[in-house]
Amino acid sequence: MSLDKQTVARVATLARIKIPDSELEGLAGELAQIVGWIEQLNAVDTTGIEPMARVVDMKLPMREDRVTVPSDAKGVLSNGPGATPEFFAVPKVVE
Amino acid sequence: MTALTDLTLFEARAGLAAKQFSAVELVDAHIRAVEATRSLNMFITETLEQAAAAALLSDNKLAAGTGGPMEGLPIGMKDLFCTKGVQTTAGSKILEGFIPPYESTVSGNLARAGAISLGKLNLDEFAMGSSNITSAYGPVVSPWTRAGDNRSLVPGGSSGGSAAAVSARVVLAATGTDTGGSIRQPAAFCGIVGLKPTYGRCSRWGIVAFASSLDQAGTMTRSVGDAALMLNSMAGYDPGDSTSANLPLPDFTEAMSGDMRGLKVGVPSEYRMEGTNPEILALWDRGLEWLRQAGAEILPVSLPHTRYALATYYIVAPAEASSNLARYDGVRFGLRVPGATLDEMYENTRAAGFGAEVKRRILIGAYVLSAGYYDAYYLQAQRVRALIARDFKQAFEKVDLLLTPTAPTAAFAAGEKMDDPIAMYLNDVFTVPASLAGLPGASVPAGLSSEGLPLGLQLIGKPFDEATVVRGARAIELAAAFSATPDLSRFRGGAK
Repeated sequence: MSLDKQTVARVATLARIKIPDSELEGLAGELAQIVGWIEQLNAVDTTGIEPMARVVDMKLPMREDRVTVPSDAKGVLSNGPGATPEFFAVPKVVE
Repeated sequence: MTALTDLTLFEARAGLAAKQFSAVELVDAHIRAVEATRSLNMFITETLEQAAAAALLSDNKLAAGTGGPMEGLPIGMKDLFCTKGVQTTAGSKILEGFIPPYESTVSGNLARAGAISLGKLNLDEFAMGSSNITSAYGPVVSPWTRAGDNRSLVPGGSSGGSAAAVSARVVLAATGTDTGGSIRQPAAFCGIVGLKPTYGRCSRWGIVAFASSLDQAGTMTRSVGDAALMLNSMAGYDPGDSTSANLPLPDFTEAMSGDMRGLKVGVPSEYRMEGTNPEILALWDRGLEWLRQAGAEILPVSLPHTRYALATYYIVAPAEASSNLARYDGVRFGLRVPGATLDEMYENTRAAGFGAEVKRRILIGAYVLSAGYYDAYYLQAQRVRALIARDFKQAFEKVDLLLTPTAPTAAFAAGEKMDDPIAMYLNDVFTVPASLAGLPGASVPAGLSSEGLPLGLQLIGKPFDEATVVRGARAIELAAAFSATPDLSRFRGGAK
């Protein structure tokens, strides 16, 4: 599968990163080189092998559903660009 | 007397206990060292005033006999650990000005043990890199140079600020994190000891996430004993990290005899790659001989899927990174670049906030996870990862430890290897496989290259058997007797 300009533009939209048109060509070249290199994995016979989702052989623990960390709304909101004292703020999304 | 900045953690602790010097004097000597080496760009944020204040408290605790196991010892914190009230950037512009309202478990554990942080150490942006050149806050300069050559060298990465600061004697020790080699490779480049514990040994809570199935915190120190001492204070079960291992914590400093009798050390034949620098191969042979002399039995082992490890890593890690870094959207923290719509604000913010390598990896990650390619790339990589882990499991049925080189070369100059991302990725060829399998590994300085630069050897152990890694590392340390130090007069202008 070739990684062309259109594919890079589509993936950049998926990843929510604005890429100027002038950079798409060069980026497509770089990414195609990396993807071409990782395609060597197609040569590995993985018949019957389960995909490895976790490293250490253990079950994820369950815990009681209760608050464990005291609420710190002020501290959390203090990092939000343009946040009000009570809310994060974003550009208007509904008319 | 040895300068206070030349001590190991163990020596400094003993000196404090014997009242040869105070924590205030110890910390002050290191503060002056930080101030004298700013040209190396090792810190993103210094916390020298807080450190001086903490030293006073440490002296009180030491006098009262209530000091922790690292009381009064000056360290540095990789700027990937969230620190309450202190800017945490992950080396990225997108997090500039982010002041966490909470403390990471590991940095909190160290503070509770009495360690005093002098600040937040520079790193590759979001820990993605092997040279520290991807930091948005400028590259770290290694305190090392080639003999007869003044060109600046890279300290390795991603924990490059940590490795440089420990090597340049501005902190006694530093934290690092390792996703594919980010503790071990810079440790090798800077001639220090880097220990990456088993995945799950140290809590990931409060560490800015890169690739969640690989990230692990560890130690960067000037001796193997110090690595053990520091790991004692960093590690431990944390319910805040669902992958944290609820296992008993041994005292790692008890594995310091250097006696290798009764241990079997494996030599993975696939790591003897064609084209590897003969100096590195000679050092490896010397390391095996040292372990044999210390009583170990040396056996060949096979890790047949080794040559697929890097490609596997460069699917799995970017895939996880593209998910983890989705949170940087200009809403809750860090940079915001306005846009006409919400989506445009996201796109503008992320375009301006992420550097080229981070963008590259997010795009690769989004691509391999996207509809139509998920099975072919991501699931196939996870299957190959299972085979790589199985290789190690089978090898560890025969042996207790593996010995390999840490990196294929010594440190390189800034500007070399920069054009080709894959050439840069090859730095991690010896460290990535153990990361994929979640195994503990350590790099120990074992000699100098013909150019006068440090070279490291890597020990890889069984899951949660850091004690045996420490034991092997100690044997190498004793035999190598590595005592070279960088020429610091160049940066300190001869001042002491």
